Amino acid sequence: MEFKDYYKIMEVKRDATQDEIKRSYRKLARKYHPDVSKEADAEARFKELGEAYEVLGDAEKRVAYDQLGADFKGGQEFRPPPDWNTGFEFSGGGFPGGDAADNSDFFSSLFGQGFRTGGAGRSAPHAEGEDHHAKVRINLEDTFQGATRTITLRVPGVDANGHVVARERVLNVTIPKGIREGQHIRLSGQGSAGAGGRAGDLYLQVEFQPHPLFRGEGRDIYLDLPVTPWEAALGATIKVPTLGGIVELKIPEGSSSGRKLRLKGRGIPGTPPGDCYVILAIALPPADTEAAQAFYRKMAQELNFNPRAKMGL
Amino acid sequence: MNTENSVPQFSICILEEQTQLTLADLCRACAVHEERIIELVDMGVLEPQGREPARWVFGGASLNRARVAMRLQRDLEIDLAGAALALELLDEIASLRARLRAMGGE
Repeated sequence: MEFKDYYKIMEVKRDATQDEIKRSYRKLARKYHPDVSKEADAEARFKELGEAYEVLGDAEKRVAYDQLGADFKGGQEFRPPPDWNTGFEFSGGGFPGGDAADNSDFFSSLFGQGFRTGGAGRSAPHAEGEDHHAKVRINLEDTFQGATRTITLRVPGVDANGHVVARERVLNVTIPKGIREGQHIRLSGQGSAGAGGRAGDLYLQVEFQPHPLFRGEGRDIYLDLPVTPWEAALGATIKVPTLGGIVELKIPEGSSSGRKLRLKGRGIPGTPPGDCYVILAIALPPADTEAAQAFYRKMAQELNFNPRAKMGL
Repeated sequence: MNTENSVPQFSICILEEQTQLTLADLCRACAVHEERIIELVDMGVLEPQGREPARWVFGGASLNRARVAMRLQRDLEIDLAGAALALELLDEIASLRARLRAMGGE
């Protein structure tokens, strides 16, 4: 198990006051909140931050954590000392968001996996079942063709001893054709069963797996397409990959790098379907042979081209 | 091992496209009492059709919006007006980003 340096995560010194820790937490929480931040690892950072604040923000837990000493470095192999935790009793409570099953092994080995209270103002137990929410990563191809994907959900549950445990639940989900990033799939009745009433629903938020060629923006698909200087200068009809297969695209003569061409209706299906945008990127042939160098020198002599003319140079 | 056949399969719908939600649906999906949703409507964060709460009909996208508003309030210790402002600014950033991309200036 890796040691976690909560002071480093919270960007405070080891002798920071509780007020300083609280201020730093609030500032970093705004920065890494997954609903606000565009950083790729925001969700992981935010969870880590919540865990760090749970320890350092609580005077009792902080004293216990400090006992481990300042010699450990983040990421270092760690095992709790045998006499760890003797003489401490944690009063608990006041947890920030998230659920206990998300805590790191490091945290759990020190503080156990107690129940987290709080959450978004959870209401009294329903006769009806609760709705559940999860994320699902799919490929761009799945939304183009429609697909069935087997999804494994980690559902927090409580074992016989009252500990929070993660159970696995496997579902076959039909990915509807035309679903876009950020949209939600609703599976009626697949949330938790109610005490007598109807079962809750399961909501899956869709994320796209990064694709080697395409990126999705709403209904549209973007593709960066390398072209040769002569294709761009003289115009050409070339083969282009799209989600639906290879199509022919006419490059107009005199195209420059960054020019955006539209393949209408070749994006994510729907009514109306999205478009596929092809962004041209002129690729230069390498001047790595005598013949190629001679050819570039010939262009320099014959083309009389000054790309910096507008700069007065 | 799970085979294709041993796993139940479900029909599904895209929440944002085909779905309309009642006040009760939203409360259950967000796990909150209806006062919390009514506050969001009063603040203009959610804009249902229909005159009174019992007849309100929300678009599917309202669910995520409501959940984001709740998360922002809880995690950042801000009040409802602050969360509403944050949501509006996030919307604006998203539309500016989309325009920037459309202009090829990513």
